[in-house]
Amino acid sequence: MSAARVGVVTFPGTLDDQDAARAVRLVGAQAVPLWHADRDLNGVDAVFLPGGFSYGDYLRCGAISRFAPLMEEIVPAAKAGLPVIGTCNGFQILCEAHLLPGALTRNGSLHYVCRDQKLRVEQTATAWTNAFEAGQEIVLPVKHGEGRYVADADTLAALEAGGHVVVRYLGGNPNGSLNDIAGIRNEAGNVVGLMPHPEHAVEELVGAPSTDGLGFFTSILKNLVNA
Amino acid sequence: MSERSERPSEHGDEVGRPTDAGGRTTDSVVRAAATPDEPMPFAELGMKQDEYDRVKDILGRRPTGAELAIYSVMWSEHCSYKSSKVHLKQFATKAPKSEALLVGMGENAGVVDIGDGWAATFKIESHNHPSYVEPHQGAATGVGGIVRDIMSMGARPIAVMDSLRFGAADAVDTRRVLPGVVEGISHYGNCLGLPNIGGEVVFDPCYIGNPLVNALCVGLLRKDQIKLATAPGPGNKVVLFGASTGPDGIGGASVLASATFEDESQAKRPAVQVGDPFMEKLLIECCLELYAADVVVGIQDLGAAGVSCATTELAAKGTGGMDVDLNLVPLRDPSLRPEEILMSESQERMMAVVRPDDIPAFMAICAKWDVPATVIGEVTDTGRLVMTWDGEVIVDIPPGTAADEGPVYERPFHEPAGQAALNADAPDRLERPADLRATLLKLLGSPNLASKEWVTSQYDRYVRSNTVLAQPADSGMLRISESIAGAEPTTRGIALATDGNGRYAKLDPYAGAQLALAEAYRNVAVTGAKPLAVTNCLNFGSPEDPEVMWQFAEAVRGLADACKTLGVPVTGGNVSFYNQTGSTAINPTPVVGVLGVIDDVAKRVPTGFVAEGLRVVLLGDTHEEFGGSEWAHVVHRHLGGLPPQAALEAEQALATVLVEAASRGLLEGSHDLSDGGLAVALAESCLARGVGASVELCGDAFTELFSESAARALVAVRPEAYDEFASLCARHEVPCYGLGVTGGTSLVVKDVFEVPVEELRETHSAALPALFG
Repeated sequence: MSAARVGVVTFPGTLDDQDAARAVRLVGAQAVPLWHADRDLNGVDAVFLPGGFSYGDYLRCGAISRFAPLMEEIVPAAKAGLPVIGTCNGFQILCEAHLLPGALTRNGSLHYVCRDQKLRVEQTATAWTNAFEAGQEIVLPVKHGEGRYVADADTLAALEAGGHVVVRYLGGNPNGSLNDIAGIRNEAGNVVGLMPHPEHAVEELVGAPSTDGLGFFTSILKNLVNA
Repeated sequence: MSERSERPSEHGDEVGRPTDAGGRTTDSVVRAAATPDEPMPFAELGMKQDEYDRVKDILGRRPTGAELAIYSVMWSEHCSYKSSKVHLKQFATKAPKSEALLVGMGENAGVVDIGDGWAATFKIESHNHPSYVEPHQGAATGVGGIVRDIMSMGARPIAVMDSLRFGAADAVDTRRVLPGVVEGISHYGNCLGLPNIGGEVVFDPCYIGNPLVNALCVGLLRKDQIKLATAPGPGNKVVLFGASTGPDGIGGASVLASATFEDESQAKRPAVQVGDPFMEKLLIECCLELYAADVVVGIQDLGAAGVSCATTELAAKGTGGMDVDLNLVPLRDPSLRPEEILMSESQERMMAVVRPDDIPAFMAICAKWDVPATVIGEVTDTGRLVMTWDGEVIVDIPPGTAADEGPVYERPFHEPAGQAALNADAPDRLERPADLRATLLKLLGSPNLASKEWVTSQYDRYVRSNTVLAQPADSGMLRISESIAGAEPTTRGIALATDGNGRYAKLDPYAGAQLALAEAYRNVAVTGAKPLAVTNCLNFGSPEDPEVMWQFAEAVRGLADACKTLGVPVTGGNVSFYNQTGSTAINPTPVVGVLGVIDDVAKRVPTGFVAEGLRVVLLGDTHEEFGGSEWAHVVHRHLGGLPPQAALEAEQALATVLVEAASRGLLEGSHDLSDGGLAVALAESCLARGVGASVELCGDAFTELFSESAARALVAVRPEAYDEFASLCARHEVPCYGLGVTGGTSLVVKDVFEVPVEELRETHSAALPALFG
C-alpha cells in the first residue's frame, strides 16, 4: 500500500510542526503540511496538532485556534472517526474545541517546566498508543507553562471509569495535574491529547534521552494498516 | 514659561511654523535654517556640546528636532562605540588568518564557513540596563534583538544561549531581578521556538545594581545566501515590516544604554521596550520565505535607535541616498511625533530594500504570515537621507555622518590606584582547610557552582529537535542536517560555549579576557568540536573613568592577542559600558562565546561519566593557583593576587588532542576543569548520570583538588583505548594522568574522602530552589 498520510497542522505560532513531521517520516509515513487558514484536510489519514503558542496564546491557550478555518474541518472529521492527536498546545486546542473534556491551566509551580518525564501508558486501546503495552513505563519530555489538567469531579470519575486516561505522570507530577493525568482519549479512542512530546523522543542523537516517542507514530501506522 | 506662550495660535505659532491637529509645531529644515539660534535639547538627549557643534558643522545649520534625534542616538555610546572603537580595532589588526571567516565585524553579525556549503552566524549582545529596570521585558527583548540580528544576515536562527550575572544570590534585589530575567528569557525564547542550549548564571555582589544579561543567538544559512544591510539601486523601495511603532523604548539607546544609573532610574521604566515573541516568530518564518523567494535586496533589523539606525545604516552602505515619508510609518500610538518615531525602539520590526517589481510578491508573503508591511520610502542616489512629515522636509543629512562618522574618543586610561595592592594580596595567606570533603560540599552547594536547573528547566531545550547537547553539558551542540527543511544532509554539527570570569578580570584584565576565551574554547573542544570563531560581549563600568578604561583597554588587548595565538578570529560582538552605580563599577566582565564545528555530530562527547569501568584521566598540569578562585571566594570572601596563568599553547594542544580523540571515538565522556578545579569537575562528572568514581591523587591534595589552573580537562576512556589515547597525548605533549576508574555509587578520592553521589546531588540541587522557591 502507499504510505500513510499524516497531516501536521501549522497555526501561526506553532513551533513543533517540523519535529512532528520528521517523526512521521521516521516511521515511514508521509507528513502532509496542513495550513490553519485552509479549509482542506487534503485527504489525510490522520492529523497531528503539534505544540507551540498558536496565535501567541495571549488569550487562553488554544482559545483562538479552535476557530481556525482548518479546525472547522478537523472537528467533524474527528467526530466521524479520523485519528487526531494533539500534543501540548495541540492538547489544549483539542480541549478548547471540545473534542476532549477538561482544560489545561497554569502549572502549579507558576513556572514553565522543561524536563524528561517518566510516564505510564495506561491505555493502549487508542489509535495512537496501540503499539505500547498496557502499563508500560516510558520517558518523554514535557515543556509547558500551562499543562495542569483539570476537570470537574464527574468528568474525572468518568475518565477514570471509562479507561480514558491514556498516560499518567510517574515520579513527580510536573504541573499539578489532577490524578497525575498527562493525556486522555475520547470515547472512541481516535482522538488523543497529551502534554508530553513524543516527537522529541524519536532519535538517539537528539532530543530527550529516549526513543519512546516512536510508539505513538508506529501506533498510527498499525492502526491505519488494520483499518 | 507663561501660559500664553504654551498655547500656539490656530494655524501656526508666532514664528510662522505650521502646527498639526494637536497644535504642535513641526521643526522643518527650512525652519531650522531660519532660526539658527533656537536652543536645542542636545544635552537632555545625552549629547555633549562639542558633538552638537559637529552636527551643526556637518549640516551648515542647526539640526531640526528630528535630525537631532537621529544624531543623538546614532552617536550614543551604545550605537557608535565612540569610546571603544580605537581599542576594538585590534580584533581586526591582530586577527589570525582564517579561511572560515565569511563576514567579519561591522555587519549585524559575523558569518563563518562551517563546511559542506553551510555557514553559521552568531553574536552575543548585552541588555543589561533594561534588565535591571524591568527584568522580564528587559531580558525578553534582549533575546528578541539578537535573534533579529541573526535573521537579518539571511539565516534561520536555530538556538539561543544566555550569559547572566546577578548580585549576591541571597540579596533582596536579586530575588526581584533573577526570577524576572529568567521568566523573560523563558517566555520570549520558548514562544519563539528556539532551543536554549547553554550559558552561564553567576552571582557576585558587584553586579547588585548592574545585572548582566548577555544573549547569544546562532543561525544557519547556505554560504551563498548571506544578506547584508545595504540599500543599493535607486528606485528600490524601502519597506518597514513587522510590528507597528509605539512609544516604547523612546530614548532607550541614548538615555538608558548610555547613562549611569543614579537613584532616579525607576523613572526610566517607560524607556524599556515591550516584546511580542509571537510577532517575532511570524517575522522569522516570513523573512525566511522572503529570502527563499529572492525578493530582498538588503535588510536590517530595527534595534537600538529604531528607524534612525535602520535608515541611516542602510542608506550609508547602499547607493547613498534614501527618501522616507515618516507619515507612512504605521503607528500604535497616533500621537507620536516624528522625533519619537525616529527614536522608538518598538520591537519586532525589520526594514527591507525591495525591487519595485518584487513588491507584490513581498507583500503577498507578509500577508500570508499576517505580518503588516508598508512601503515608507525609496532608495536614491542623492547621497542624502531625506525625510518628510506632513509634506515638509524635516531631515536632510548625509547618512554616513550619522552611521559611520560619529565621534571617536581616545579616552585617557591608567592602572587603578589599588591594582598593585590587590595583586600583592595573594591568597597564600588564607587558611587551608583540614576537611576537604566539607570544602567540596561547601563549594558544590554555593550558588555559583550549584545546579542551575532551577533556571534552565524554564527554557525549552528540545524544540526543532536538533539539540545534541544542552546545559549542563560543557557546550551546546546542534546538528546541522535537519535544521533547515529540505536542505542537503551533512554529518556536521556546531558547538557553542560562553564563558567569563569577572574576578579573574578584576585581578588582571589582560589575563582575565584570555582566560574567558580559553575556557569557552576548551568547553567547545571537550565535546569534540574544533573551535572556529569568537564573539564577545564586553561589560564594563564608565569609560569616562580612566581606571575602568584601563581595564577595558587591557581586556581588549588580551583578547585580541589570545585570538591570534589560538587562531580564532573575532567575528563581532558588543560593548556595554556604564555598568556602575555611582562611582562603583562592576568587575570588568568580558564574556566570550566560541563557535566550533564537529565533522560528525554522532561522535560528540557527552559531559561526565556515562558508564562504569572507564579510566578517569586528567589532562594538563596543575599548579598552585588560587587567585580569584571559587575556593577563595566562597570560603574566605577573598579576592586578591593574580588569576591562573593563561596557558594558550597548552590550551591549543589540549584542544587538538580532544578533537582528534573524539573523532577517533576514543572518548566516552569528558568535562572541562574550571571554577572549583578538579574536585568540582569530578563531582559534576559523577552527577551527569549518577555514576561514581574512585581516584587517587599524587601531590598536595588541596592544590590538586581545588586549584583552578587553566588548560585542563577530565576525560573518561575505555581501558582498551587508553594506550592509543595516551600516545596521542604524548604526541601533542599534553600531560596525561590516569587518576582512577568510574563506577560505584560514591566519589572516592583515596585517602582523602568519600562522598555518595546521592549526597553530592542533594547538595548540588538544593541551593537555587532554596533561594528562589
